[in-house]
Amino acid sequence: MKTIPTLGQILQAQGVSRRGFMKYCAATASLLALPPAMVPRIAQALEQARRPSVIWLSFQECTGCTESLTRSSSPTLEGLIFDSISLDYHHTLQAASGDAAEAARHAAMQENMGKYLVLVDGSIPMANPGYSTIAGISNYDMLMETVEGAAAVVAIGSCAAFGGIPGANPNPTGAVSVSDLVKDKAVVNVPGCPPIPMVITAVLAQFLTFGQLPDLDVHGRPVAFFGQTIHDRCYRRPFYEQGKFAETFDDEGARKGWCLYKLGCKGPITYNACATVKWNAGTSFPIESGHPCLGCSEPGFWDKGGFYNPISTANIGSGAGLAGAAVAGVALGAAASTLSRKRQQKTIKEG
Amino acid sequence: MDLLDFARGPALQVAIYVFIAGSLWRILGVLLLQRKPDHSEPRQSGGFRGALKVIWSRSFTAPAFAKQTKYPKILGYILHIGLFITVFFFVPHIVFIKDLFGIGWPGLPNNAIYFVGVVTVAVGVALLIRRMTHPVLKLISNFDDYFSWLVTMLPLITGLVMPIRFGVRYETLLAIHILSVALLLIWLPFSKLAHTYFVFISRGTTGALLERRGART
Repeated sequence: MKTIPTLGQILQAQGVSRRGFMKYCAATASLLALPPAMVPRIAQALEQARRPSVIWLSFQECTGCTESLTRSSSPTLEGLIFDSISLDYHHTLQAASGDAAEAARHAAMQENMGKYLVLVDGSIPMANPGYSTIAGISNYDMLMETVEGAAAVVAIGSCAAFGGIPGANPNPTGAVSVSDLVKDKAVVNVPGCPPIPMVITAVLAQFLTFGQLPDLDVHGRPVAFFGQTIHDRCYRRPFYEQGKFAETFDDEGARKGWCLYKLGCKGPITYNACATVKWNAGTSFPIESGHPCLGCSEPGFWDKGGFYNPISTANIGSGAGLAGAAVAGVALGAAASTLSRKRQQKTIKEG
Repeated sequence: MDLLDFARGPALQVAIYVFIAGSLWRILGVLLLQRKPDHSEPRQSGGFRGALKVIWSRSFTAPAFAKQTKYPKILGYILHIGLFITVFFFVPHIVFIKDLFGIGWPGLPNNAIYFVGVVTVAVGVALLIRRMTHPVLKLISNFDDYFSWLVTMLPLITGLVMPIRFGVRYETLLAIHILSVALLLIWLPFSKLAHTYFVFISRGTTGALLERRGART
Protein backbone atom coordinates (compact mmCIF):
# COMPACT_ATOMS: atom_id res chain seq x y z
CA MET A 1 0.00 0.00 0.00
CA LYS A 2 1.30 3.39 -0.94
CA THR A 3 2.16 5.51 2.11
CA ILE A 4 1.11 9.12 1.88
CA PRO A 5 3.95 11.29 3.18
CA THR A 6 3.28 13.85 5.86
CA LEU A 7 3.84 17.55 5.28
CA GLY A 8 6.86 17.39 7.60
CA GLN A 9 8.42 14.61 5.54
CA ILE A 10 7.82 16.49 2.31
CA LEU A 11 9.37 19.69 3.64
CA GLN A 12 12.34 17.75 5.02
CA ALA A 13 12.83 16.06 1.66
CA GLN A 14 12.90 19.47 0.01
CA GLY A 15 15.68 20.66 2.28
CA VAL A 16 13.71 22.84 4.68
CA SER A 17 15.56 22.98 7.99
CA ARG A 18 13.86 22.49 11.33
CA ARG A 19 14.79 26.06 12.26
CA GLY A 20 13.25 27.42 9.05
CA PHE A 21 10.11 25.39 9.57
CA MET A 22 9.70 26.59 13.19
CA LYS A 23 10.26 30.16 12.01
CA TYR A 24 7.40 29.77 9.57
CA CYS A 25 5.18 28.30 12.30
CA ALA A 26 6.02 31.20 14.64
CA ALA A 27 5.27 33.72 11.90
CA THR A 28 1.98 32.00 11.15
CA ALA A 29 1.01 31.99 14.84
CA SER A 30 1.92 35.65 15.05
CA LEU A 31 -0.06 36.53 11.94
CA LEU A 32 -3.08 34.63 13.22
CA ALA A 33 -2.76 36.51 16.53
CA LEU A 34 -2.25 33.24 18.43
CA PRO A 35 -0.16 33.04 21.63
CA PRO A 36 3.45 31.81 21.32
CA ALA A 37 2.45 28.63 23.17
CA MET A 38 0.54 27.59 20.04
CA VAL A 39 3.70 27.50 17.88
CA PRO A 40 4.67 23.89 18.80
CA ARG A 41 1.10 22.80 18.21
CA ILE A 42 1.08 24.37 14.77
CA ALA A 43 4.42 22.74 14.02
CA GLN A 44 3.24 19.34 15.24
CA ALA A 45 -0.05 19.55 13.35
CA LEU A 46 1.60 20.69 10.14
CA GLU A 47 4.35 18.07 10.36
CA GLN A 48 1.88 15.27 10.84
CA ALA A 49 -0.73 16.51 8.39
CA ARG A 50 -1.36 14.27 5.46
CA ARG A 51 -1.47 16.10 2.19
CA PRO A 52 -4.91 17.63 2.13
CA SER A 53 -6.75 17.38 -1.14
CA VAL A 54 -7.35 20.75 -2.69
CA ILE A 55 -9.49 21.47 -5.71
CA TRP A 56 -8.80 24.87 -7.22
CA LEU A 57 -11.54 26.22 -9.46
CA SER A 58 -10.81 29.13 -11.76
CA PHE A 59 -13.76 31.01 -13.18
CA GLN A 60 -13.90 34.60 -14.51
CA GLU A 61 -10.38 35.59 -13.49
CA CYS A 62 -7.06 36.78 -14.85
CA THR A 63 -4.85 34.13 -13.21
CA GLY A 64 -3.21 36.90 -11.18
CA CYS A 65 -4.11 35.11 -7.95
CA THR A 66 -2.33 31.94 -9.07
CA GLU A 67 0.59 34.03 -10.28
CA SER A 68 0.76 35.75 -6.91
CA LEU A 69 1.14 32.45 -5.13
CA THR A 70 3.27 30.48 -7.56
CA ARG A 71 5.58 33.29 -8.57
CA SER A 72 6.25 34.59 -5.10
CA SER A 73 10.02 34.81 -4.82
CA SER A 74 10.87 31.17 -4.48
CA PRO A 75 11.66 29.12 -2.62
CA THR A 76 9.52 30.48 0.19
CA LEU A 77 8.15 28.31 2.91
CA GLU A 78 4.62 29.30 2.06
CA GLY A 79 5.34 28.26 -1.50
CA LEU A 80 6.62 24.89 -0.29
CA ILE A 81 3.66 24.41 1.99
CA PHE A 82 1.46 25.11 -0.99
CA ASP A 83 3.47 22.72 -3.13
CA SER A 84 2.96 20.11 -0.47
CA ILE A 85 -0.78 20.02 -0.61
CA SER A 86 -2.38 17.60 -3.01
CA LEU A 87 -3.54 20.01 -5.65
CA ASP A 88 -5.80 17.62 -7.49
CA TYR A 89 -7.36 20.07 -9.89
CA HIS A 90 -6.09 23.41 -11.20
CA HIS A 91 -6.46 24.48 -14.85
CA THR A 92 -3.28 26.45 -15.04
CA LEU A 93 -1.00 24.09 -13.18
CA GLN A 94 -2.26 20.62 -14.01
CA ALA A 95 -0.90 18.67 -16.95
CA ALA A 96 -4.14 16.86 -17.67
CA SER A 97 -6.81 18.46 -19.80
CA GLY A 98 -10.30 17.79 -21.07
CA ASP A 99 -12.02 14.68 -19.75
CA ALA A 100 -8.91 13.53 -17.90
CA ALA A 101 -8.85 16.75 -15.87
CA GLU A 102 -12.52 16.48 -15.02
CA ALA A 103 -12.03 12.83 -14.08
CA ALA A 104 -9.26 13.92 -11.68
CA ARG A 105 -11.64 16.39 -10.04
CA HIS A 106 -14.35 13.78 -9.62
CA ALA A 107 -11.85 11.24 -8.28
CA ALA A 108 -10.51 13.71 -5.74
CA MET A 109 -14.04 14.55 -4.62
CA GLN A 110 -15.02 10.91 -4.19
CA GLU A 111 -11.82 9.86 -2.41
CA ASN A 112 -11.90 12.78 0.00
CA MET A 113 -15.61 13.30 0.43
CA GLY A 114 -16.27 15.78 3.24
CA LYS A 115 -12.54 16.49 3.75
CA TYR A 116 -11.24 18.32 0.73
CA LEU A 117 -10.80 22.05 0.41
CA VAL A 118 -12.15 24.05 -2.51
CA LEU A 119 -10.21 27.17 -3.46
CA VAL A 120 -11.94 29.40 -5.98
CA ASP A 121 -10.58 32.32 -7.92
CA GLY A 122 -12.75 34.31 -10.28
CA SER A 123 -16.39 35.31 -10.21
CA ILE A 124 -19.32 33.30 -11.51
CA PRO A 125 -21.39 34.67 -14.43
CA MET A 126 -25.12 34.35 -13.81
CA ALA A 127 -26.50 36.38 -16.73
CA ASN A 128 -25.78 33.53 -19.14
CA PRO A 129 -24.08 30.24 -18.21
CA GLY A 130 -22.39 30.23 -21.63
CA TYR A 131 -20.23 33.23 -20.77
CA SER A 132 -17.73 30.99 -19.00
CA THR A 133 -17.60 27.22 -19.24
CA ILE A 134 -15.00 24.55 -18.52
CA ALA A 135 -15.25 21.25 -20.41
CA GLY A 136 -18.77 22.30 -21.36
CA ILE A 137 -19.77 22.76 -17.71
CA SER A 138 -20.95 26.18 -16.58
CA ASN A 139 -19.05 27.84 -13.76
CA TYR A 140 -22.15 27.76 -11.60
CA ASP A 141 -22.73 24.02 -12.08
CA MET A 142 -19.08 23.20 -11.47
CA LEU A 143 -18.96 25.28 -8.30
CA MET A 144 -22.14 23.89 -6.80
CA GLU A 145 -21.19 20.30 -7.67
CA THR A 146 -17.69 20.64 -6.24
CA VAL A 147 -18.51 22.40 -2.99
CA GLU A 148 -21.15 19.84 -2.08
CA GLY A 149 -18.67 17.46 -0.48
CA ALA A 150 -16.11 20.08 0.59
CA ALA A 151 -14.96 20.66 4.15
CA ALA A 152 -14.57 24.36 3.47
CA VAL A 153 -14.42 26.85 0.64
CA VAL A 154 -11.84 29.60 0.29
CA ALA A 155 -12.57 32.41 -2.16
CA ILE A 156 -9.17 33.59 -3.38
CA GLY A 157 -8.94 37.14 -4.71
CA SER A 158 -11.44 39.94 -5.01
CA CYS A 159 -13.29 38.40 -7.99
CA ALA A 160 -14.20 35.23 -6.09
CA ALA A 161 -14.75 37.10 -2.82
CA PHE A 162 -16.76 40.07 -4.08
CA GLY A 163 -17.26 39.83 -7.86
CA GLY A 164 -14.16 41.87 -8.67
CA ILE A 165 -13.62 43.45 -12.07
CA PRO A 166 -16.13 41.20 -13.89
CA GLY A 167 -18.72 42.38 -11.36
CA ALA A 168 -17.82 46.05 -11.79
CA ASN A 169 -20.45 48.36 -13.23
CA PRO A 170 -22.18 47.57 -15.63
CA ASN A 171 -21.43 43.93 -14.79
CA PRO A 172 -22.24 42.58 -18.28
CA THR A 173 -21.95 38.91 -17.27
CA GLY A 174 -24.02 39.21 -14.09
CA ALA A 175 -20.93 38.17 -12.12
CA VAL A 176 -21.42 37.16 -8.49
CA SER A 177 -19.11 36.06 -5.71
CA VAL A 178 -18.74 32.57 -4.25
CA SER A 179 -20.51 33.55 -1.04
CA ASP A 180 -23.46 34.84 -3.09
CA LEU A 181 -24.04 31.25 -4.19
CA VAL A 182 -22.62 28.98 -1.49
CA LYS A 183 -24.81 29.34 1.56
CA ASP A 184 -24.53 26.00 3.33
CA LYS A 185 -20.72 25.83 3.65
CA ALA A 186 -18.16 27.93 5.44
CA VAL A 187 -16.68 30.37 2.92
CA VAL A 188 -13.51 32.24 3.77
CA ASN A 189 -12.83 35.30 1.65
CA VAL A 190 -9.18 36.09 0.99
CA PRO A 191 -9.63 39.16 -1.21
CA GLY A 192 -6.98 41.26 -2.89
CA CYS A 193 -6.04 41.88 -6.46
CA PRO A 194 -4.09 39.70 -6.03
CA PRO A 195 -4.24 38.45 -2.41
CA ILE A 196 -1.12 38.11 -0.28
CA PRO A 197 0.29 34.56 -0.65
CA MET A 198 1.10 34.30 3.07
CA VAL A 199 -2.55 34.96 3.89
CA ILE A 200 -3.68 32.07 1.68
CA THR A 201 -1.22 29.61 3.21
CA ALA A 202 -1.90 30.85 6.75
CA VAL A 203 -5.59 30.08 6.28
CA LEU A 204 -4.62 26.60 5.05
CA ALA A 205 -2.19 26.21 7.96
CA GLN A 206 -4.87 27.15 10.47
CA PHE A 207 -7.27 24.68 8.91
CA LEU A 208 -4.66 21.92 9.02
CA THR A 209 -3.67 22.76 12.61
CA PHE A 210 -7.00 23.27 14.29
CA GLY A 211 -9.39 21.69 11.81
CA GLN A 212 -11.34 24.91 11.74
CA LEU A 213 -11.39 28.12 9.83
CA PRO A 214 -10.25 31.45 11.27
CA ASP A 215 -12.50 34.11 12.76
CA LEU A 216 -14.00 36.23 10.01
CA ASP A 217 -15.01 39.86 9.73
CA VAL A 218 -18.25 41.28 8.27
CA HIS A 219 -17.01 40.58 4.76
CA GLY A 220 -16.01 36.98 5.53
CA ARG A 221 -12.28 37.81 5.72
CA PRO A 222 -9.90 36.38 8.36
CA VAL A 223 -9.77 39.00 11.12
CA ALA A 224 -6.12 38.21 11.77
CA PHE A 225 -5.19 39.67 8.38
CA PHE A 226 -8.07 41.98 7.64
CA GLY A 227 -8.70 43.36 11.13
CA GLN A 228 -6.85 46.62 10.65
CA THR A 229 -6.67 49.16 7.88
CA ILE A 230 -3.63 49.81 5.75
CA HIS A 231 -3.72 53.36 7.18
CA ASP A 232 -3.58 52.01 10.76
CA ARG A 233 -0.31 50.19 10.10
CA CYS A 234 1.17 52.46 7.45
CA TYR A 235 4.67 53.73 8.14
CA ARG A 236 3.64 57.04 6.48
CA ARG A 237 0.82 57.57 9.02
CA PRO A 238 2.82 60.12 11.09
CA PHE A 239 3.01 62.36 8.00
CA TYR A 240 -0.78 62.21 7.72
CA GLU A 241 -1.10 63.38 11.32
CA GLN A 242 1.46 66.14 10.75
CA GLY A 243 -0.37 67.36 7.65
CA LYS A 244 2.54 66.51 5.32
CA PHE A 245 1.31 65.24 1.98
CA ALA A 246 2.65 64.49 -1.48
CA GLU A 247 0.67 66.69 -3.87
CA THR A 248 1.93 65.03 -7.05
CA PHE A 249 3.95 61.91 -7.84
CA ASP A 250 7.14 63.86 -8.44
CA ASP A 251 7.08 66.71 -5.94
CA GLU A 252 9.22 67.19 -2.87
CA GLY A 253 6.61 65.52 -0.66
CA ALA A 254 6.67 62.40 -2.84
CA ARG A 255 10.46 62.29 -2.71
CA LYS A 256 10.43 62.66 1.05
CA GLY A 257 7.95 59.81 1.38
CA TRP A 258 5.08 61.87 2.79
CA CYS A 259 1.49 60.67 3.04
CA LEU A 260 -0.27 59.79 -0.24
CA TYR A 261 -3.78 60.68 0.98
CA LYS A 262 -4.13 63.58 -1.47
CA LEU A 263 -3.12 61.31 -4.35
CA GLY A 264 -6.11 59.08 -3.68
CA CYS A 265 -4.74 56.57 -1.16
CA LYS A 266 -7.57 54.31 0.02
CA GLY A 267 -5.55 53.05 3.00
CA PRO A 268 -7.95 54.48 5.61
CA ILE A 269 -10.86 52.39 4.32
CA THR A 270 -8.93 49.29 3.23
CA TYR A 271 -8.53 46.28 5.50
CA ASN A 272 -5.55 44.13 4.60
CA ALA A 273 -2.13 43.04 5.85
CA CYS A 274 0.00 44.62 3.08
CA ALA A 275 1.59 47.14 5.47
CA THR A 276 2.74 44.39 7.85
CA VAL A 277 3.23 41.19 5.83
CA LYS A 278 4.28 43.09 2.70
CA TRP A 279 5.03 41.60 -0.73
CA ASN A 280 7.89 39.93 -2.54
CA ALA A 281 9.40 38.21 0.48
CA GLY A 282 8.74 41.17 2.74
CA THR A 283 10.37 43.69 0.42
CA SER A 284 7.67 46.37 0.32
CA PHE A 285 4.06 47.14 -0.41
CA PRO A 286 2.49 49.61 -2.88
CA ILE A 287 2.64 52.67 -0.60
CA GLU A 288 6.27 51.93 0.18
CA SER A 289 6.90 51.98 -3.56
CA GLY A 290 5.31 55.42 -3.80
CA HIS A 291 1.84 54.51 -5.05
CA PRO A 292 -1.42 55.03 -3.16
CA CYS A 293 -3.37 52.00 -1.97
CA LEU A 294 -6.17 51.21 -4.45
CA GLY A 295 -8.28 49.45 -1.83
CA CYS A 296 -8.23 46.19 -3.81
CA SER A 297 -9.35 43.99 -0.92
CA GLU A 298 -12.58 45.92 -0.37
CA PRO A 299 -15.92 44.97 -1.93
CA GLY A 300 -16.67 46.86 -5.15
CA PHE A 301 -13.36 48.72 -5.18
CA TRP A 302 -13.56 49.25 -8.94
CA ASP A 303 -16.72 51.30 -8.58
CA LYS A 304 -15.68 53.57 -5.71
CA GLY A 305 -14.71 56.55 -7.84
CA GLY A 306 -11.31 57.30 -9.36
CA PHE A 307 -8.23 55.59 -7.94
CA TYR A 308 -6.55 58.99 -7.69
CA ASN A 309 -9.47 60.82 -6.09
CA PRO A 310 -8.91 61.36 -2.34
CA ILE A 311 -11.47 59.57 -0.18
CA SER A 312 -12.71 62.82 1.32
CA THR A 313 -13.90 64.05 -2.06
CA ALA A 314 -17.57 63.80 -2.93
CA ASN A 315 -18.89 61.69 -5.75
CA ILE A 316 -21.61 64.08 -6.86
CA GLY A 317 -21.47 63.96 -10.62
CA SER A 318 -21.06 66.87 -13.02
CA GLY A 319 -21.36 70.63 -12.49
CA ALA A 320 -24.62 70.59 -14.48
CA GLY A 321 -26.50 69.44 -11.38
CA LEU A 322 -25.00 72.27 -9.31
CA ALA A 323 -25.94 74.79 -12.00
CA GLY A 324 -29.45 73.33 -12.10
CA ALA A 325 -29.78 73.71 -8.34
CA ALA A 326 -28.62 77.34 -8.60
CA VAL A 327 -31.15 78.10 -11.35
CA ALA A 328 -33.91 76.48 -9.30
CA GLY A 329 -32.89 78.57 -6.27
CA VAL A 330 -32.94 81.82 -8.25
CA ALA A 331 -36.35 80.97 -9.71
CA LEU A 332 -37.76 80.13 -6.29
CA GLY A 333 -36.35 83.34 -4.79
CA ALA A 334 -37.78 85.47 -7.60
CA ALA A 335 -41.17 83.75 -7.33
CA ALA A 336 -41.24 84.16 -3.55
CA SER A 337 -40.44 87.87 -3.72
CA THR A 338 -42.99 88.46 -6.53
CA LEU A 339 -45.70 86.79 -4.47
CA SER A 340 -44.71 88.85 -1.48
CA ARG A 341 -44.82 92.11 -3.48
CA LYS A 342 -48.28 91.26 -4.83
CA ARG A 343 -49.55 90.51 -1.34
CA GLN A 344 -48.05 93.77 -0.09
CA GLN A 345 -49.67 95.83 -2.89
CA LYS A 346 -53.02 94.16 -2.26
CA THR A 347 -52.80 95.05 1.42
CA ILE A 348 -51.94 98.69 0.57
CA LYS A 349 -54.88 98.89 -1.89
CA GLU A 350 -57.30 97.47 0.62
CA GLY A 351 -56.03 100.01 3.11
CA MET B 1 -23.76 50.44 -2.71
CA ASP B 2 -22.48 50.55 0.87
CA LEU B 3 -23.15 53.27 3.42
CA LEU B 4 -20.00 55.23 2.56
CA ASP B 5 -20.78 55.16 -1.17
CA PHE B 6 -24.29 56.37 -0.37
CA ALA B 7 -23.00 59.17 1.88
CA ARG B 8 -20.30 60.36 -0.55
CA GLY B 9 -22.63 60.00 -3.52
CA PRO B 10 -26.41 60.50 -3.57
CA ALA B 11 -26.76 61.80 0.01
CA LEU B 12 -24.14 64.53 -0.37
CA GLN B 13 -25.32 65.29 -3.89
CA VAL B 14 -28.91 65.93 -2.77
CA ALA B 15 -27.71 67.89 0.28
CA ILE B 16 -25.52 70.20 -1.83
CA TYR B 17 -28.34 70.77 -4.33
CA VAL B 18 -30.77 71.61 -1.51
CA PHE B 19 -28.18 73.88 0.11
CA ILE B 20 -27.50 75.84 -3.09
CA ALA B 21 -31.15 76.08 -4.18
CA GLY B 22 -32.38 76.79 -0.64
CA SER B 23 -29.77 79.45 0.06
CA LEU B 24 -30.40 81.32 -3.20
CA TRP B 25 -34.14 81.06 -2.62
CA ARG B 26 -33.86 82.53 0.86
CA ILE B 27 -31.31 85.24 -0.03
CA LEU B 28 -33.03 86.42 -3.23
CA GLY B 29 -36.45 86.13 -1.61
CA VAL B 30 -35.30 88.64 1.00
CA LEU B 31 -33.21 90.92 -1.24
CA LEU B 32 -36.00 91.31 -3.82
CA LEU B 33 -38.65 92.19 -1.26
CA GLN B 34 -40.36 95.52 -1.81
CA ARG B 35 -38.82 98.15 0.45
CA LYS B 36 -40.93 100.59 2.40
CA PRO B 37 -40.59 103.97 0.66
CA ASP B 38 -38.50 106.41 2.70
CA HIS B 39 -39.72 109.93 1.89
CA SER B 40 -37.36 111.75 4.20
CA GLU B 41 -34.35 113.69 2.90
CA PRO B 42 -31.15 111.62 3.21
CA ARG B 43 -28.97 113.17 5.95
CA GLN B 44 -25.85 111.54 4.62
CA SER B 45 -24.89 109.85 1.37
CA GLY B 46 -22.96 106.58 1.18
CA GLY B 47 -25.37 103.83 2.10
CA PHE B 48 -22.88 101.13 1.12
CA ARG B 49 -20.22 102.57 3.40
CA GLY B 50 -22.76 102.68 6.22
CA ALA B 51 -23.66 99.05 5.56
CA LEU B 52 -20.04 97.91 5.76
CA LYS B 53 -19.49 99.97 8.90
CA VAL B 54 -22.36 98.31 10.76
CA ILE B 55 -21.42 94.83 9.53
CA TRP B 56 -18.09 95.42 11.25
CA SER B 57 -19.16 97.44 14.29
CA ARG B 58 -21.94 95.04 15.33
CA SER B 59 -19.33 92.33 15.73
CA PHE B 60 -18.47 94.03 19.01
CA THR B 61 -20.72 94.73 21.94
CA ALA B 62 -21.57 98.32 22.76
CA PRO B 63 -19.65 99.38 25.89
CA ALA B 64 -22.88 99.76 27.88
CA PHE B 65 -23.61 96.01 27.53
CA ALA B 66 -20.04 94.71 27.58
CA LYS B 67 -20.13 93.38 31.12
CA GLN B 68 -23.49 91.59 30.90
CA THR B 69 -22.72 89.90 27.58
CA LYS B 70 -19.06 89.08 28.19
CA TYR B 71 -19.55 85.34 28.88
CA PRO B 72 -21.79 84.42 25.89
CA LYS B 73 -19.88 86.78 23.63
CA ILE B 74 -16.50 85.18 24.34
CA LEU B 75 -17.95 81.67 24.06
CA GLY B 76 -19.73 82.65 20.87
CA TYR B 77 -16.49 83.87 19.35
CA ILE B 78 -14.63 80.71 20.35
CA LEU B 79 -17.44 78.57 18.88
CA HIS B 80 -17.46 80.39 15.55
CA ILE B 81 -13.69 80.64 15.18
CA GLY B 82 -13.39 76.98 16.21
CA LEU B 83 -15.93 75.94 13.61
CA PHE B 84 -14.13 78.02 10.98
CA ILE B 85 -10.76 76.43 11.77
CA THR B 86 -12.03 72.84 11.89
CA VAL B 87 -14.04 73.22 8.69
CA PHE B 88 -11.50 75.12 6.62
CA PHE B 89 -8.09 74.02 7.92
CA PHE B 90 -8.43 70.23 8.25
CA VAL B 91 -6.61 68.81 5.24
CA PRO B 92 -9.28 66.26 4.15
CA HIS B 93 -11.81 69.14 4.18
CA ILE B 94 -9.52 71.29 2.04
CA VAL B 95 -9.13 68.36 -0.37
CA PHE B 96 -12.94 68.13 -0.54
CA ILE B 97 -13.31 71.86 -1.27
CA LYS B 98 -10.50 71.84 -3.82
CA ASP B 99 -12.11 68.96 -5.65
CA LEU B 100 -15.41 70.85 -5.75
CA PHE B 101 -14.26 74.40 -6.53
CA GLY B 102 -10.67 74.00 -7.69
CA ILE B 103 -9.13 76.13 -4.95
CA GLY B 104 -7.13 74.94 -1.98
CA TRP B 105 -4.83 76.28 0.74
CA PRO B 106 -2.43 74.86 3.34
CA GLY B 107 -3.97 73.01 6.28
CA LEU B 108 -3.06 72.57 9.93
CA PRO B 109 -1.63 69.43 11.59
CA ASN B 110 -4.34 67.02 12.69
CA ASN B 111 -3.56 67.39 16.39
CA ALA B 112 -4.16 71.14 16.20
CA ILE B 113 -7.53 70.48 14.56
CA TYR B 114 -8.43 67.85 17.19
CA PHE B 115 -7.58 70.34 19.96
CA VAL B 116 -9.65 73.12 18.40
CA GLY B 117 -12.47 70.66 17.75
CA VAL B 118 -12.62 69.50 21.38
CA VAL B 119 -12.58 73.10 22.65
CA THR B 120 -15.36 74.00 20.19
CA VAL B 121 -17.56 71.11 21.32
CA ALA B 122 -16.96 72.00 24.99
CA VAL B 123 -17.94 75.61 24.30
CA GLY B 124 -20.98 74.43 22.37
CA VAL B 125 -22.09 72.37 25.38
CA ALA B 126 -21.53 75.37 27.70
CA LEU B 127 -23.70 77.54 25.44
CA LEU B 128 -26.40 74.89 25.33
CA ILE B 129 -26.44 74.67 29.13
CA ARG B 130 -26.73 78.45 29.29
CA ARG B 131 -29.62 78.41 26.84
CA MET B 132 -31.42 75.78 28.89
CA THR B 133 -30.87 77.47 32.25
CA HIS B 134 -30.96 81.20 31.51
CA PRO B 135 -34.39 82.49 32.67
CA VAL B 136 -35.02 84.61 29.58
CA LEU B 137 -33.10 82.66 26.97
CA LYS B 138 -34.88 79.42 27.73
CA LEU B 139 -38.26 81.14 27.25
CA ILE B 140 -37.41 82.47 23.81
CA SER B 141 -35.73 79.26 22.59
CA ASN B 142 -37.66 76.90 20.37
CA PHE B 143 -37.13 73.69 18.42
CA ASP B 144 -35.12 75.55 15.76
CA ASP B 145 -32.52 76.64 18.35
CA TYR B 146 -32.02 73.18 19.82
CA PHE B 147 -32.11 71.27 16.57
CA SER B 148 -29.74 73.78 14.94
CA TRP B 149 -27.34 73.25 17.86
CA LEU B 150 -27.53 69.48 17.36
CA VAL B 151 -27.08 69.69 13.59
CA THR B 152 -24.03 71.94 14.06
CA MET B 153 -22.44 69.76 16.71
CA LEU B 154 -23.01 66.40 15.01
CA PRO B 155 -20.37 66.87 12.26
CA LEU B 156 -17.90 68.08 14.91
CA ILE B 157 -18.53 65.18 17.25
CA THR B 158 -18.58 62.53 14.52
CA GLY B 159 -15.39 64.01 13.09
CA LEU B 160 -13.62 63.93 16.45
CA VAL B 161 -14.66 60.32 17.07
CA MET B 162 -12.98 59.15 13.87
CA PRO B 163 -9.38 58.97 15.15
CA ILE B 164 -10.58 57.17 18.33
CA ARG B 165 -13.22 54.96 16.68
CA PHE B 166 -14.48 53.18 19.83
CA GLY B 167 -14.39 49.87 17.96
CA VAL B 168 -16.48 51.14 15.04
CA ARG B 169 -15.06 50.72 11.56
CA TYR B 170 -13.47 53.81 10.01
CA GLU B 171 -15.57 53.75 6.84
CA THR B 172 -18.77 53.57 8.91
CA LEU B 173 -17.70 56.58 10.98
CA LEU B 174 -16.69 58.46 7.84
CA ALA B 175 -20.08 57.72 6.30
CA ILE B 176 -21.88 58.92 9.46
CA HIS B 177 -19.72 62.06 9.49
CA ILE B 178 -20.57 62.83 5.85
CA LEU B 179 -24.27 62.13 6.48
CA SER B 180 -24.22 64.55 9.43
CA VAL B 181 -22.73 67.20 7.12
CA ALA B 182 -25.46 66.44 4.57
CA LEU B 183 -28.07 67.03 7.29
CA LEU B 184 -26.42 70.34 8.19
CA LEU B 185 -26.42 71.46 4.55
CA ILE B 186 -30.11 70.63 4.16
CA TRP B 187 -31.15 72.25 7.46
CA LEU B 188 -29.04 75.40 7.21
CA PRO B 189 -30.95 77.52 4.65
CA PHE B 190 -34.33 76.97 6.31
CA SER B 191 -33.37 77.51 9.95
CA LYS B 192 -31.70 80.00 12.27
CA LEU B 193 -28.41 78.64 10.92
CA ALA B 194 -29.14 80.79 7.86
CA HIS B 195 -27.60 83.58 9.96
CA THR B 196 -24.42 82.31 8.29
CA TYR B 197 -25.30 84.71 5.46
CA PHE B 198 -28.29 86.67 6.80
CA VAL B 199 -26.12 88.18 9.52
CA PHE B 200 -24.37 90.25 6.89
CA ILE B 201 -27.53 91.10 4.94
CA SER B 202 -29.48 92.24 8.01
CA ARG B 203 -26.60 94.24 9.46
CA GLY B 204 -25.88 95.81 6.09
CA THR B 205 -29.52 96.80 5.58
CA THR B 206 -29.67 98.34 9.05
CA GLY B 207 -26.34 100.13 8.48
CA ALA B 208 -27.49 101.64 5.14
CA LEU B 209 -30.75 102.82 6.68
CA LEU B 210 -29.09 104.35 9.71
CA GLU B 211 -26.49 106.06 7.54
CA ARG B 212 -29.24 107.66 5.44
CA ARG B 213 -30.91 108.95 8.59
CA GLY B 214 -27.65 110.34 9.92
CA ALA B 215 -27.47 108.09 12.95
CA ARG B 216 -24.21 107.50 14.77
CA THR B 217 -23.29 103.82 14.27
